Amino acid sequence: MEKIKENIPLVTADGTPLKISLARAQRRSKIVAFMMVFPLLLFITIAFIGPIADMLMLSIDNTIVKEILPKSTEALQSWDEYSGELPDEAVFAAIVADIKKAKATKQHTKIGSRFNYESSGFSSLFRKTGRNVKKIKTPPYKEALIKSDKRWGEIYTWQVIKQNSSSYTDGYYLAASDYKREFSSGNIKSLESKDSIYLKLFFRTIVLSSLITFLTFVIGFPLSYMLSQVSTRISNILIIFVLLPFWTSLLVRTTSWIALLQQEGVINDFLILVGFINEEGRLAMIHNATGTVVAMTHILLPFMILPLFSVMKTIPKSYVRAAVSLGAHPWKAFWKVYFPNTGPGIGAGSILVFILAIGYYITPALVGGSSGTFISNRIAYHISSSLNWGLGAALGVILLGIVLALFMLYDRIVGIDNMKLG
Amino acid sequence: MNNFMRNMTATAVIAMFGFAGQAMSTELVVVSWGGAYTASQQNAYHAPYMKKNPGIKIINDDSAGSAVAKLRAMKQAGNTTWDLVDAVASDAMMLCDEGLIDEIDHDSALAAGADGSSATEDFGDFIVSPCFIPQIVYSTTFGYRKDKVSKPMTSVCDVFDLKTFPGKRSLEKKPINNMEWALICDGVSPSKVYDVLETDAGVSQAFAKLDTIKSKVVWWTAGAQTPQLLADGEVVVGSTYNGRLFALIEEQKQPVAMLWDWQVFDLDGWVVPTGGKNKAETMKYLKFATDTQRLADQAKFISYGPTRASSAPLVGKHAKLGIAMAPHMPTDPNNAKTTLLFNYEFWADNRDDLDAKFNAWLLK
Repeated sequence: MEKIKENIPLVTADGTPLKISLARAQRRSKIVAFMMVFPLLLFITIAFIGPIADMLMLSIDNTIVKEILPKSTEALQSWDEYSGELPDEAVFAAIVADIKKAKATKQHTKIGSRFNYESSGFSSLFRKTGRNVKKIKTPPYKEALIKSDKRWGEIYTWQVIKQNSSSYTDGYYLAASDYKREFSSGNIKSLESKDSIYLKLFFRTIVLSSLITFLTFVIGFPLSYMLSQVSTRISNILIIFVLLPFWTSLLVRTTSWIALLQQEGVINDFLILVGFINEEGRLAMIHNATGTVVAMTHILLPFMILPLFSVMKTIPKSYVRAAVSLGAHPWKAFWKVYFPNTGPGIGAGSILVFILAIGYYITPALVGGSSGTFISNRIAYHISSSLNWGLGAALGVILLGIVLALFMLYDRIVGIDNMKLG
Repeated sequence: MNNFMRNMTATAVIAMFGFAGQAMSTELVVVSWGGAYTASQQNAYHAPYMKKNPGIKIINDDSAGSAVAKLRAMKQAGNTTWDLVDAVASDAMMLCDEGLIDEIDHDSALAAGADGSSATEDFGDFIVSPCFIPQIVYSTTFGYRKDKVSKPMTSVCDVFDLKTFPGKRSLEKKPINNMEWALICDGVSPSKVYDVLETDAGVSQAFAKLDTIKSKVVWWTAGAQTPQLLADGEVVVGSTYNGRLFALIEEQKQPVAMLWDWQVFDLDGWVVPTGGKNKAETMKYLKFATDTQRLADQAKFISYGPTRASSAPLVGKHAKLGIAMAPHMPTDPNNAKTTLLFNYEFWADNRDDLDAKFNAWLLK
């Protein structure tokens, strides 16, 4: 009987199995492809991901306290902040030494500002102590320091310093979620509703951005459909009308909306002329959420039209004709055959518009008043005015998290591969 | 090939000329606030200086609003691109405390007063920080549409009076100044305003008063917004810097009048970032730009008061309009009957806290 031959794998001419040979050949082309992309990857990592990650680390970074008050933070380790007693002389000596050094290196106000973010009053405390500390030359430091400012004699002051001494802090994330730490007990408490702004702003940002995305879709889809159906010559001319505003400065577009929408503006004057409203009933279309939605829909419209247009141009017209010839009503043919094919374009356009809308802060700042501003306005405020970079970074991280979560949801429903830009 | 070589050589030669041309002139980056204010500095300081020193080119940057943040970032990056910054006194104090700007020896770095006084005597109390070179006194105050009110506004509490003066108002989107005005108009004695504001009850009192007009307020973030809103007729009365209102009333001839009651004085001046790249040139320019005549000259273009005592008698007429500037100065006795001085200590401590509360209040 013949031995049943085992399943011998296929081999190439030089005897190596086909699978391995194929893998080797493919690996080479994969490496070449990777090397081609590598410079770009390196560039993006160094110039984009690196700095952003660095900035986001600011949201938990608290090394400034250990850096500027090294002796005090160490001395405070042995103090029990809930004992109801002030720290002992050694701690006072440590903080006097630290503040003297901080004053010499001009860092005492920085540390004061840092604590001021947790509890107001510390800015003035450190500034005043920095001015007066040179008079404190000999022990006992405790009496001398308390004499220079009686807040040093309050346990609360020391509780704040001790509970904010570690290298990492959750204070910024707490503030960004409208909580705060009660230093006298160490518990986390939510802020009263009159003080909590960030959750409201996050909610408003997501809701308004979704509304803007929906509106750009409603306006952009028919426009793109028309552009894709007319002859190339006409669509080339019409596409200029879409691109021209796109190329105009953002501020020019925003301020022209102000001129149109304001109470004494063009639209209101026109409505009074036609008799729709009277003098007292002038519509307030700006400095509120309406203004933000209108202006941003206009500004983000090209981002929806262009991907949709590119995708629609690639759908063969014969599909709809075939559906109709098979007996479908034209409307049904459109919904069942044409519309699903535009799905990738809708996905790309929606994602572009949504993510841009969430991050915008110039337009909401100019036309949003107080009910149309986004969380990005607060982030910009913290970075450039209040200089609380930790809080700005924490808000940024939370926003990034929300966007990533929504993106994963989008992937689950639509699928990332189902996104085409043309 | 010949053609090609010729073209390449020509390009190289032109590029070299361009390079050489650049190396000849020093560029100083001067940061200020934009609008009518930067225009007045251009006319009074930069243009005359560049005329006298053709090797210097002064470039204006309008981002003084975020000067502290940018200077901090520049220090972290180790690359300071600014040479001279126009900063308000509170920002200058913060920057000086953090070592981001140079300390100036006023007597040696600046010119003596034209009346013979030393620089420190001439500037007097306005030198609020060793790093600060005072330039102008400006105030935040109100302007109102003369043609849209039943009678002239005379008191800052008219801003809170919606019955006699209906219509929208425009206020700065910050608690600074708004809280003080609210308390004064709620019966708090002006000298006690900051004591009351230190308490939680006082803060609530101020917000309650602001609540009475909140639905009618348009909030501004840039000095040029209120003049635009007044010109459009969008608001009936609005606060901004007094020089912007002067430009609106006198230069653009809008039907607006000044409301000086309880104007809040503040100082604006020059600071020199440490790490700036053209220190010697900057100090030379500073000596010119802050001398007696120059400070009197800027008053010819915008109605901000010079901080030098020796400049006051030299304040003359507007360069283009020919009107006397003295009656438009915030320091003029007719305008300065009731004034507040910006309380640096209070706001340095409480700004973050009150701003968070203010923004929460805005959202309600």
